[in-house]
Amino acid sequence: MSKKEILEGAMAVAHAVARCRPDVVAAYPITPQTHISEELSTIIADGELDAEFVKVESEFGAASVVLGASAAGARAYTATSSQGLMLMAEVLWNIAGMRLPVVLACANRSVSAPLSIWCDHQDAESIRDCGVIQIYAEDAQESVDQHIIAFKVAEDRRVLLPMMVNLDGFLLTHVFEPVELPDQEPVDKFLGKFEALYKLDVDNPMSFGCFTEPDKCMEGRWMIHDAQLRSLAVIEEVSANFAKAFGRNSGGLLEEYKSKDAETVLVAKGSICGTIKDVIDELRDKGQKVGLVRVKTFRPFPRQALVKALSGAKRIAVIEKGGSFGSGGIMTPDIKDALYDTSARIPVSGFCVQLGGREITADGIKEIVARVSKGEQVAYEYFGLKPALLPDLVPVD
Amino acid sequence: MEFNYADRVLKPGYTSCLGCGEALAMRLVVQACGKNTVFTNATGCSEIFTSRYPTSSWNAPWLHSLFENSAAIASGVFYALKHSGQLEKGVQVVAMGGDGGTADIGLQCLSGAMERGDDILYVCWDNEAYMNTGVQRSGLTPLDADTTTSPQGKKSFGNNRPKKDLPMIMAAHGIPYVGIASMGYYRELAPMVKRILQIRGPKFLQVHVVCPLGWKSDPAKSAEMARLAFETGCYLLYEIIKGEMKAHRAPKDGWKPVEEYLKPQGRFRHLFRSADAAMRITGIQAAAAANIRKYYGDEAVPQFARDAEAKIAEAAKATA
Repeated sequence: MSKKEILEGAMAVAHAVARCRPDVVAAYPITPQTHISEELSTIIADGELDAEFVKVESEFGAASVVLGASAAGARAYTATSSQGLMLMAEVLWNIAGMRLPVVLACANRSVSAPLSIWCDHQDAESIRDCGVIQIYAEDAQESVDQHIIAFKVAEDRRVLLPMMVNLDGFLLTHVFEPVELPDQEPVDKFLGKFEALYKLDVDNPMSFGCFTEPDKCMEGRWMIHDAQLRSLAVIEEVSANFAKAFGRNSGGLLEEYKSKDAETVLVAKGSICGTIKDVIDELRDKGQKVGLVRVKTFRPFPRQALVKALSGAKRIAVIEKGGSFGSGGIMTPDIKDALYDTSARIPVSGFCVQLGGREITADGIKEIVARVSKGEQVAYEYFGLKPALLPDLVPVD
Repeated sequence: MEFNYADRVLKPGYTSCLGCGEALAMRLVVQACGKNTVFTNATGCSEIFTSRYPTSSWNAPWLHSLFENSAAIASGVFYALKHSGQLEKGVQVVAMGGDGGTADIGLQCLSGAMERGDDILYVCWDNEAYMNTGVQRSGLTPLDADTTTSPQGKKSFGNNRPKKDLPMIMAAHGIPYVGIASMGYYRELAPMVKRILQIRGPKFLQVHVVCPLGWKSDPAKSAEMARLAFETGCYLLYEIIKGEMKAHRAPKDGWKPVEEYLKPQGRFRHLFRSADAAMRITGIQAAAAANIRKYYGDEAVPQFARDAEAKIAEAAKATA
């Protein structure tokens, strides 16, 4: 029987990945992902996992190696953060387009400049549209479990897409939490052996990566979109099976936390949801009808599930750790988009917090709740800016 | 007449240009590798002319991903096959790319694969510019070549830098095999590749291939042009096997003046138009002399090449 241990998030993830028995692991050092790849290389060096650890010269190389390995029929894994993910971006589009079920972790970290090693979600969100499925963990346990779920979903023949598990850099990678590492046998039973639908095989030669003319390319692109949408049901199914086998609801599309009867509903993803839940508990004790809808699956976007979860709210505040410069939020417009087709006209506000690891306290969350509960509505606000650090700006006519 | 293409690694029907040196060399090299090979291909002419969906000329497993990662995806394939026991059954991995995809944008991935000691053969088709995108200059474009991004003009003799010495960069990785071959000696390619594939560890082969479109040369004379590149000392051929340098045998009719190689090519036409430009040819001749001396000894340098060296030295003194 598996038992709870106090483990560092990244270490726990490495051991969970090892239990998924990847054939090929390729990774390049970047803070705060490094502990995952260090531990995996140790596990392989000690012979606890029979796999190839490829010491690459960059994240671009890492992504390319797992692409080649996956095309050759291997179960392949990589992990990265921030700048590393940026460097992988071109390859990730390619992996998704070639429908290779690679699994990767992103230890979410701010993207330079200014240089910051601390957590926000702008790295992962900037590759939002590339076809990689993105799921987000709230704690170390979910980071562990979501990796097992990710291999199962990615390799499902109804999906066949790369899948990225997001865990907040430092906040989840470097904290020690009680974690239950699943035993090898049930993981083997849950995942099974990876059998590629198509692979590079000298006995059955196929060409991978042919170019297309305009009369054929668009269908290939649509199929990625379609597979993303199909994966919604597969994620739910696999997550339900995981819960049955391991007793934890770590996967799925959303978590609805005291939101069913809530008038003010917050929407967020990742580790910040722990703080938000504490605030909700406190405000509920005071009689305020506040709840949280936590986005666990970000791409594909769980539109229907969100509409269902949010349509009873009187007001919504989306709390994001990222944004689109020159536009606003990333999730905020997603939520508005989903609700636009409903008859409800729920005011939606967007708040940008924690960029570059800026601390957000329970008081900050309470302030956001208080402001929107009073009827304030903001399009997208960088919350908690320090005016003393801002230059005197010349007004634009 | 009936043809049987079942044993061909690269089947007919690909859409390369007439006189394409890359197509000729590739057909011979991949045939020598055999069907027990997984090939990876960088984006470029060879990828485009062999793999227009839903058709493919490849009769062996073939993977194209991006412009700059042919070496890295080959590594990925290599480790997957190693893990599944395919390598023990004799399956081998061969990566390919053009000069830009190898020496410029793909150099990092290539260096990584070579440094790691991955047992792959990387073949660089060197046609000396970005031909697939319309003849732009690459790091392997020779000095004074007119390309669309190193155009000759009133203040330009074309490409202002000599060719990057990629084989020596590869040799500096301490890999067991580095070689430079030429499509001009196409009969040598197959036995050479078969011999190279006996060597375990990372192997790098650069093949000089003529692009009649980019070089503005006669498509009927591609092999002849490639031979002239060697016979004039402009493009030296050698192998470094486990650290030991072996130069290609010297041309049997002696070294020729560089004009014989430059003149039939439109990309060097501007060098034959003025006295200043003629001095550039003298410079290319002097560089060829240094090449010949380096690999064949001082006694091998012909008199006309020595004269060019003297003229360049004199000019340098005058400007100093």
